[in-house]
Amino acid sequence: MPGKIRLRVDPDKCQGHSRCKSLAPELFELDEFGNAREIGDGTVPDALVEKAYLARSNCPELAIEIIEE
Amino acid sequence: MNEHVKHVPVTDWFNDFDHTDPQWTEDPFPIWDELRGKCPVVHTDRFLGVYLPTTYEAVKQISYDTETFSSRRVVVRNVRPEITSPTPPITTDPPYHKPAKQLLLPPFTPQAMKKLEPRVRAICNELIDEFIKDRTVDAAAAYTKHIPTRAIAHMLGIPEKDGDLFVKWIHQILELGIHNDAILMQAAQEMSLYFFEQIEQRKKHPTDDLISDLMNAKGPDGQPLPDPHVIGSLRLLLIAGIDTTWSAIGSSLWHLARTPTDRKRLIAEPHILPFAIEEFLRAYAPVTMAREVMKEGVVAGCPVKPGNMVLLSFPAANRDPAMFPDAGKVIIDRKENRHAAFGLGIHRCVGSNLARMEMTVALEEWLKRIPEFSLDPAGTVTWSEGTVRGPRQLPLLIG
Repeated sequence: MPGKIRLRVDPDKCQGHSRCKSLAPELFELDEFGNAREIGDGTVPDALVEKAYLARSNCPELAIEIIEE
Repeated sequence: MNEHVKHVPVTDWFNDFDHTDPQWTEDPFPIWDELRGKCPVVHTDRFLGVYLPTTYEAVKQISYDTETFSSRRVVVRNVRPEITSPTPPITTDPPYHKPAKQLLLPPFTPQAMKKLEPRVRAICNELIDEFIKDRTVDAAAAYTKHIPTRAIAHMLGIPEKDGDLFVKWIHQILELGIHNDAILMQAAQEMSLYFFEQIEQRKKHPTDDLISDLMNAKGPDGQPLPDPHVIGSLRLLLIAGIDTTWSAIGSSLWHLARTPTDRKRLIAEPHILPFAIEEFLRAYAPVTMAREVMKEGVVAGCPVKPGNMVLLSFPAANRDPAMFPDAGKVIIDRKENRHAAFGLGIHRCVGSNLARMEMTVALEEWLKRIPEFSLDPAGTVTWSEGTVRGPRQLPLLIG
């Protein structure tokens, strides 16, 4: 049984491309400048794990970290 | 005295490249592939000395190093006059860059774009209404050109019907102006005057649009922005908002016109459109930027010297096989696509969400109403010259 994963957006790397929000809207929120952060503590529900990895692999700034617990 | 310099055709791309050469204009991809295979960064003495990086790694490195590579000049030309008309934030380096950019970010978020979407959809359909009964159409002149022009005019609060004037200025600044300083200066002056008048009107009658937003904005010192900053940013938004997206929509339609399998697939599986848009942005990235080298450095093992410019080729980076499997193929449902069409680092395109929305709506409405179309064999597709690449004539058979 795979463990839980958590997302984290590095605010220093995020440049507001918003690929993450397009690909995984349930997992990210954008501030007034269009910069992203993980929703809540970044815990990813099982049903959204694939979307989490998709978001990470499409961030041009490599700003998304996936923490496997 | 400015003279039009006669173009010497390129024979040695490795030592003497020229992004305005007809071979590059016609088909730049094999040129970049050849150069990339030999060396990550090449140099030309044309345009007073320019480097061209063609790998993703080299382009990334340059984008992130704002100290060595300044944005104070972002257009490669055959003259380098004193800088008198900056267009913040694209021509701004840190530390002034961030506050200048932050002023422009809120009107361009995905959320803000949702509000603009119905107007863009209506524009697309108004345009299609004009030619839907014809057998042939120049999609560049009749469709792709007008969508971003009207959309940005709407955001700025200037008349959509002035669109032809804006397109003329952009042609003068980005294409003719590369080789002719007088044309560039005239266009820039006309644009500044136009926006100056728009500002004066709003001082008497305030409006709810981007021009008013900029007029009301405060700089980092808490004071209203000086007029040259406001006018410079307005000129940037108009230039940046038109040629670029016009090109991207046009290239996408061109691809679909000559690739029936992709066209049919998009119609049958509309849920892959977002991936297709990103792939069109990757493979047909419209914008090449530039930087000025301020001090000695090394990029991907290649030494660079101050006094040169760099053609910051996001389109070439997007076709680097070291970064993208099957880089030369357009795979419309490509899942991993970390392309650099909107740049990398702090100068990420402010209008990227607007561009994506326009591309999405333009293709959705076209495919809905004109599912069958192909290149008109009686016509010729012509491409823009210089650093923004897209079809300027796109004759299609639609009947």
